[in-house]
Amino acid sequence: MPALKVEHLSKEYVIGGRMTQVDTLREQVASIFRHSVLHGQGTGKPRQERFWALQDVSFEVAPGEVVGIIGRNGAGKSTLLKILSRITEPTTGRAELFGRVSSLLEVGTGFHPELSGRENVFLNGALLGMSRREIADKFDEIVAFSEIERFIDTPVKRYSSGMYVRLAFAVAAHLEPEILIVDEVLAVGDASFQKKCLGKMEDVGREGRTILFVSHNLGAIKALCARAIVLQNGELLFDGDVFGAVSKYAGKQDIDIDRVRWDPSNGPATPSARMIEVGILNDGKRVGTDISTEQPIQIYVTFRVIKEGRIGTTVLLHNSDGALVFISISNHEPNWHGKIRPKGIYRNVCEIPSNFLSEGQYSVSIPFWEGFYETGIVEKEILRFTAHEKGFVRGDLPYAMKDSVTRPLLKWQSDFLGDQEV
Amino acid sequence: MSDGMKEVDESPVVPCEEGPSGRITGHKTLISPTRGWRALDVREIWNYRELLWILTGRDIKVRYKQTALGVAWVILRPVLSVAIFTAVFGYLAKIPSEGYPYPVFVLSALIPWTFFSSAVASSGNSLLGSAGLIGKIYFPRLIIPVASVGSSVVDFAIAAVFLLAVLPLFDVAWTLSLLWVPVLLLMVLCLALGVGTLFSALIVRYRDFVGLMGYLLQVWMYATPVVYPASLVPGPWRWILYLNPMAGLTEAFRAAFLGRPLEPGPLALSCVASVGVLAVGAVYFAKVERRFADII
Repeated sequence: MPALKVEHLSKEYVIGGRMTQVDTLREQVASIFRHSVLHGQGTGKPRQERFWALQDVSFEVAPGEVVGIIGRNGAGKSTLLKILSRITEPTTGRAELFGRVSSLLEVGTGFHPELSGRENVFLNGALLGMSRREIADKFDEIVAFSEIERFIDTPVKRYSSGMYVRLAFAVAAHLEPEILIVDEVLAVGDASFQKKCLGKMEDVGREGRTILFVSHNLGAIKALCARAIVLQNGELLFDGDVFGAVSKYAGKQDIDIDRVRWDPSNGPATPSARMIEVGILNDGKRVGTDISTEQPIQIYVTFRVIKEGRIGTTVLLHNSDGALVFISISNHEPNWHGKIRPKGIYRNVCEIPSNFLSEGQYSVSIPFWEGFYETGIVEKEILRFTAHEKGFVRGDLPYAMKDSVTRPLLKWQSDFLGDQEV
Repeated sequence: MSDGMKEVDESPVVPCEEGPSGRITGHKTLISPTRGWRALDVREIWNYRELLWILTGRDIKVRYKQTALGVAWVILRPVLSVAIFTAVFGYLAKIPSEGYPYPVFVLSALIPWTFFSSAVASSGNSLLGSAGLIGKIYFPRLIIPVASVGSSVVDFAIAAVFLLAVLPLFDVAWTLSLLWVPVLLLMVLCLALGVGTLFSALIVRYRDFVGLMGYLLQVWMYATPVVYPASLVPGPWRWILYLNPMAGLTEAFRAAFLGRPLEPGPLALSCVASVGVLAVGAVYFAKVERRFADII
């Protein structure tokens, strides 16, 4: 019998602009009115945009197996964990878990700043599913693990963030369920404590517990798991050996694209304007998707204004870890920002200076909006390119240190201040 | 409300013979979509009773740690209200107090009313205040509004002891009717939990109910014989007053504190209504709780 069996699990969320988030009675009443009276539909349902956060995911985990789950932001990792933790229900499909389950989606859930460390250990332990007795039995061990014995009766509002995380993780580390579900929680705390936690997790794995483990830290995934699952856009992309999964995830699973053109009458549109083309240029020239960071890069959006209005564009750049490298908005454009644009074709260009980006794969998302952002659309990850450099900025940096999100060429200066003691 | 989805076992934790690594574990969790109305899983709430106690304890501790005046405030607040009510309704408006000094007359009803209104308000707002927990940890959600009334019960106990202490000063003797107080408290608790859980679930869906609840509680107090006796309402019309379940309960409390016989008719009606409201609140809560994490 498996420890965990997931069958065709899917989760649909309702999202979108102002129309869809019916948060107040007034809006609901108004939307009933709009639909039944003005449109004569009588359904009372506001128009809703839906998206599948998780789509038809199936897998099994054997008892004692430690399985990593990796994927970009928005790939469905958290949704999967929330369903398996029973926080939210799936839309379709089912999952069965055989054994006592604990899930750790956050460290220190329920910690109350006014209460002492001791009181919070009991509170947090109970929330994580431990019985009072169990917590009392392990209390000394938990406090020793956290290394904050002296402050255990101090309200946690006086703790440093490091102490807070230590105590919170110490409670979690002493859970003894048969199935443990862990979200990205090792990303907190200092490096030495993280290492201690990883060690504890390894011990837990060796004790024959089944662990489902989400992390962006591929090193931790490789150290802890023999098997990993890669999710992409809510779907299961890969399930198997951890090294295969990591190379699938870290490798180029997406095709680079440096230009998108739409049929002029059919592009993505706001009520007053329609996109025609977006693309990337390297020092003003189209050079494909392999871009040199030593030259400036231009990201452009060409659009037609159908009905005069204030139209703007934004550029979001994400790296392959899913981190938002920057967001830049056309408000800084001197000629047209805030002005009503007459009908016609326009091009907005955002320039990324030379010697600014790190090497690696990037995706560009382009929000396209009008007025004061109240209506707009987002073309998500519409462009994708790979940046490289010949080593001018990197210099002699060792390979392992090439991970910084950006790698700007900054001004340095060195002065000789004499040879006497200052 | 079936859309081709078959109804599934409503109690996900059922015993199974063999668990992981061949050990007997007794746990199997089934996760699948549910639709429509469903029964409240009382057994599961019972399984989580320790968490209920710990959360109740947390709320009580936090409440008394945060206020500088602490316990004194619990007494000071009704004393100030009594002073104001005595001046306005007792002296100026000359509302009859059935032969008792107006201060004890009003305090004996104000204490249960304050309990009711603070219990409704805290349980009503409790889910929104626990959004962080709801998004990160599973437990029966009903625990949150139930745990949040704990501090109201403590406040009630402190205020009731204070009332008992001052009764002799107003020449009102303690009688055996006081034995009714715990029973009546339980009934008010039922009613408050029913109204509170209903509001807590509605507030998650529609934030408007935060303001609506505050307004309702204000109006409700004047529809309840707190500052006036029920006997002020002419006999043939009094039944309208008693349609409000808090009316019968408040009058019963006053009778119990002041040592008068309780009126069985209105009390029975209130009892039935309290249980009914609690059932409605719990059923609605059970229907909507599975969506809390998605919409809070």
